[in-house]
Amino acid sequence: MPAVSFQSISKTYRTPKGVFRALNDVSLDIEEGEFFGLLGPNGAGKTTMISILAGLARADSGKVLVQGSDVQADYAQARRKLGIVPQELVFDPFFNVREALRFQSGYFGVRNNDAWIDELLHSLGLTDKADANMRQLSGGMKRRVLVAQALVHKPPIIVLDEPTAGVDVELRQTLWHFIAKLNKQGHTVLLTTHYLEEAEALCSRVAMLKQGEVVKLSSMSDLLKSASANVLQFKTNSPLPEHLRTAARVTGRIVQMPAHDAGDIERYLSALREAGVVIEDMEIRRADLEDVFLNVMGEARGQVKAQATAQSGSVA
Amino acid sequence: MRGWQTLFYKEVLRFWKVSFQTVAAPVLTAVLYLLVFGHVLEGRVLVYDRISYTAFLIPGLVMMSVLQNAFANSSSSIVQSKIMGSMVFILLTPLSHWAWFTAYVGSSVLRGLLVGLGVFIVTLFFAVPEFAAPVWILVFVVLGAALLGTLGVIAGLWADKFDQMAAFQNFLIMPMTFLSGVFYSIQSLPPFWQTVSHLNPFFYMIDGFRYGFFGQSDVSPWVSLAIVGGAWLAVSALAVHLLRTGYKIRH
Repeated sequence: MPAVSFQSISKTYRTPKGVFRALNDVSLDIEEGEFFGLLGPNGAGKTTMISILAGLARADSGKVLVQGSDVQADYAQARRKLGIVPQELVFDPFFNVREALRFQSGYFGVRNNDAWIDELLHSLGLTDKADANMRQLSGGMKRRVLVAQALVHKPPIIVLDEPTAGVDVELRQTLWHFIAKLNKQGHTVLLTTHYLEEAEALCSRVAMLKQGEVVKLSSMSDLLKSASANVLQFKTNSPLPEHLRTAARVTGRIVQMPAHDAGDIERYLSALREAGVVIEDMEIRRADLEDVFLNVMGEARGQVKAQATAQSGSVA
Repeated sequence: MRGWQTLFYKEVLRFWKVSFQTVAAPVLTAVLYLLVFGHVLEGRVLVYDRISYTAFLIPGLVMMSVLQNAFANSSSSIVQSKIMGSMVFILLTPLSHWAWFTAYVGSSVLRGLLVGLGVFIVTLFFAVPEFAAPVWILVFVVLGAALLGTLGVIAGLWADKFDQMAAFQNFLIMPMTFLSGVFYSIQSLPPFWQTVSHLNPFFYMIDGFRYGFFGQSDVSPWVSLAIVGGAWLAVSALAVHLLRTGYKIRH
């Protein structure tokens, strides 16, 4: 039985600007013990998927099972198995850290949980903040409390929605170390993130979402293998010749070009020389998740658009 | 503790931590009313031909404080946690809509009763009313607090912004409380306004409550009980329905 099973989930939001199809018939299984990444640009539907899983939103059609429990029909069972770290940095200003954790524990019906709460506080470096009011904590500290709140009832499945957005490097390290440890102990982890290097380092399998559809579902190693193996990277001040511009990814002065083999690289370099483009700091590196991601998103662009117009033309 | 008990305890602690604002301040407000109206009208008005105006005013003021604070408690807690986003911590739990209902209404009743008791104790320095039928006093104070606590749940779920909440409070709750006979016996009103007052459910709460003190009221306490009880059941059914369907809190 999968840890989490999304079955033909569709979700449409009505906004003042019109109807927005957030998810379009998404099916996805996450197996027990996986470290699963949900990737995609803003508005791709990642948070909508998490919200439906968490019971914060209802799917228009399809269902979601958490270790076999339906998140709607059997919501109490499903929610006991989930530990969800919300994306927004929210807190209850009336209470201190320990109170917040005790309450969260109590809502799940877990009594006398102080030993585990102390352990969580220790693991997340919050011990000396236990009696501080939530308002007095820095953003990073509040984020740690959110993680502790999600884990206070010892859920087998941990869901993190953009947990490291706006978090400093040190906390990011602490957090990943801790989550990786929990994963090794057998917890299933579902992660959405913008930081592709993070996903590359941690996730064993990823799904890429675009405009409410899964455009790629693959193990991390297969995904990296499937990418054009290398990238030619250099800096320049000159504009690129027309025929190179379509293949290139340009970030300020930095230009990156996917290359399958040495022949590609030779062709690029000679074209640049002919056009009189002066290049600096040239290197050839292996493709990473970011390259794959941009590649997949680029391919999906044509495909999704075609489907959308075919459906109804109502996609906002 | 069971889940709903934790939520109830959290809600009680929420207002208790700021009790200066949530309990002491409303007590002071009520006492000011008593001082001003009591001073102006004492000796000029006898209600039911035998009760001094100050003594008559006390149960009304107690009830008004109970109702307003019971409403303020659930409504402000819900709208605040919605706007701050901290409601997500409760939304993620296995707590049922019954647990939510019990905890929010229960804590509102408790705050209403605490404020009411505070007002009552302070006003005893000015006049001591009778206690003709104490059971009615308890029945109406608890039922009135529950009704307003439940209305607070509905208003809190409905309001998206603090000013919508304030509108609900200022344009609905306040006029209905003020015009329910807190400061006067409706028998002193012209017949038309007596009829209008009979359409206000708040009138029955205060009238029934006052019966418990003086053994005398504008309508029979049984009629008041039926109307207030019926209103509470109807409002509760709506509140539970909204919580079950996640009205404005689950998309």
